[in-house]
Amino acid sequence: MKENGDGGWSPYLAGALSGLVSIGSVWIAGKYFGASTTFVRSAGMVEKVFDPQRVAQMPYFIKEAPVIDWQWMFVVGIFIGALIASTTSGSFRWQAVPTMWEEHFGPVRWKRWLVAFVGGAIAMFGARLASGCPSGHGLSGSMQLAVSGLVALLCFFAGGMIVARMLYGGGEKQ
Amino acid sequence: MTTLLYGLITGILFGFLLQKGRVLRYDKQLGALRLLDMTIVKFMVSAVLVGMVGIYLLNDLGLVKLSIKSMVVGGVVLGGLTFGIGWGLLGYCPGTSLGALGEGRWDSIWGILGMLCGAAIYAEAYPTMKATVLTWGDYGKVTLPQVLGVSHWLLIAIFIVGGLVLFRWFERKGL
Repeated sequence: MKENGDGGWSPYLAGALSGLVSIGSVWIAGKYFGASTTFVRSAGMVEKVFDPQRVAQMPYFIKEAPVIDWQWMFVVGIFIGALIASTTSGSFRWQAVPTMWEEHFGPVRWKRWLVAFVGGAIAMFGARLASGCPSGHGLSGSMQLAVSGLVALLCFFAGGMIVARMLYGGGEKQ
Repeated sequence: MTTLLYGLITGILFGFLLQKGRVLRYDKQLGALRLLDMTIVKFMVSAVLVGMVGIYLLNDLGLVKLSIKSMVVGGVVLGGLTFGIGWGLLGYCPGTSLGALGEGRWDSIWGILGMLCGAAIYAEAYPTMKATVLTWGDYGKVTLPQVLGVSHWLLIAIFIVGGLVLFRWFERKGL
């Protein structure tokens, strides 16, 4: 397998191994990959600190209770795994503004952060409405040949490509 | 407790591989959306093709159960497009945002905070969504082999061939 030049692995290899990890997870623990429900549970945990009675009555927090479950630990694990892989390969880097962003929109931090925040809010609203994100629908759904997973994946990319084109298209800001 | 430990270990393995595959970065995610760099697509399609074979093999042997999400046209299409719009702005997805933070790309913190707010807003909107968008075109938990009435192995073979053709095209074009 060829290297990427920056010490990374081939995305085909890393992706195929991830496929094996997800098979193992389903076989051993009976759990399919997913990530976005964890944000619901976490939001519920935060809200519970301020108004536990209200949270206890909200239908969505009854459906997705604010507790730590398999997926919550899985998402924490992604952080730890990426930390281990990057620090042991010298590719860990503190970066406040991504390179591509900086080349087009300059180094002003608050602009990037504001867009990241708003984008995150929109993305999560959409993921919950679709009842899955690129992990739950894109990987787990598609590999089970679920119609919902395949359609969601196409919609994710369609929406994303439209925005990417609006942000970067035409190349007016180079 | 064992379940939580499995979750943590699985996450660590997946996070490790996401970082090694270089798919966590904003530049890679936007690179794919701008059709300049297909790294994340290569990673995803490889994972899906391998996963497909394994999951259906184990399912045929009765060792695992499928877990299919309902195909609700309103939710999946509108939610999917909305997710895509947010993803294009953020440049990380829910899972990869934590991984991006793990490799020091800390603009992801703002994305994570935004996603927590988005989840809280959705929790408020859920009763309304449940009565409207989530009732539009509910086809239930269907799979492609069920809809088409063909063997899942035929479709898996077609997906694998299609995937390999796509990969060859990416490599030829230097994507």
